[in-house]
Amino acid sequence: MIYEVFRQERKGQPFVHGGSFHAPDRPFADAYAREFYARRQESVALWVVPRDEILEIDEFPDEFDLKYRRVDGYSIKARLAIARERAGAATSSSDGEGP
Amino acid sequence: MSDARTAEFLEFVQAGGQVETDDWLPDEYRKRLIKFIEMHGNSELMGVLPERDWILRAPTLQRKLALTAKIQDEVGHCQLIYRVVEDLGKPRAQCLDDLISGKSKFHNVFHYPTKSWGDVGVIAWLVDAAAIISQKALLKCSYAPYARVMKKVCWEESFHILHGRDTVLAMVTGTPEQFELVQEAVTRWWEPLMHFHGTPIAAEEDPMVHWRIKSQGNEDARQQFLDGYVPQIRELGLELPDPKLRRNDEGVWEYTEPDWEKLTAVVTGHGPASQERLAFRRLSRAEVDWVSKAMLPEAA
Ligand SMILES: [Fe+2]
Ligand SMILES: [Fe+2]
Repeated sequence: MIYEVFRQERKGQPFVHGGSFHAPDRPFADAYAREFYARRQESVALWVVPRDEILEIDEFPDEFDLKYRRVDGYSIKARLAIARERAGAATSSSDGEGP
Repeated sequence: MSDARTAEFLEFVQAGGQVETDDWLPDEYRKRLIKFIEMHGNSELMGVLPERDWILRAPTLQRKLALTAKIQDEVGHCQLIYRVVEDLGKPRAQCLDDLISGKSKFHNVFHYPTKSWGDVGVIAWLVDAAAIISQKALLKCSYAPYARVMKKVCWEESFHILHGRDTVLAMVTGTPEQFELVQEAVTRWWEPLMHFHGTPIAAEEDPMVHWRIKSQGNEDARQQFLDGYVPQIRELGLELPDPKLRRNDEGVWEYTEPDWEKLTAVVTGHGPASQERLAFRRLSRAEVDWVSKAMLPEAA
């Protein structure tokens, strides 16, 4: 069976994929993972997962163009310019009317 | 249709794009990847044989442990690299079969015998240094799973180089006989080292560069090796057996043209230790067969 290894280098950091190996069962997977990915203390924790158990999803179609959920879904430049212009006009006219 | 797809793929990788195992890969790309990566895996495995010969002859316990640790790393590199080949479609058992039958190749430097402890130091220092130059360039390989494996490999290699350099330093600061053993080893290994990065084929004509499997031309790699290591070798008072070797005013290393036919002969199994090494690998494969049968029911 093929096992995939995810390793954490320091506490608090994300687990990152490190590689894979063959092992006949969990005790061997445990031993191999330690030997391959932590024998120099380069990892503080390992996640060892049978490859078949991983659900891989790699297509994320955006059929309805749901951009309003992202920052690039908003183009505020033009409106901001208009708003500033109006506010500027209002301020300067109110300045003129002051006592 | 398929050609347009290939052209698109090529454009993507040439722009620095990286692909994954499940992506669509052109047949030629997959074939070249398998051949190249398999040869790399073979070399890691065959490379431990000359070093293995010295475990029991290491001069101190510390050196014996360090050498054993290096050998463990190299075998680990082999298993990591063969996994990449397997995911591309060629099973590990097939790689091992093709290696021992002589169908696939391994790197030129592992076809040579080791004569003294000086060779062990020179191999770990200079052969690993030459290898790390190639391997660092593979960090940018268009095939991402291989590039990721190289990160771990390069990290471990840096310890090998230091172990080798330290061994060499201990000997050159020792007795005149010890110094002489290192000098002899450097002289012996110079030709294989000059062969190591391959013929100076132009990067634009190198199919491996074309597919961005490699990101560096052969001569570039060799120049980088010479630039980094010739000064380090010479500062120890060691001599290199090439009267033409010098860095010219443009910063380019000039050297006597190596015998490229000899390189071809060596990697096709006609090196001084090729057949002996393959015979040993065949023997150990047969000897440990029962282990894989016992551990992996599907192999029985
Ligand atoms: Fe290695
Ligand atoms: Fe190494």
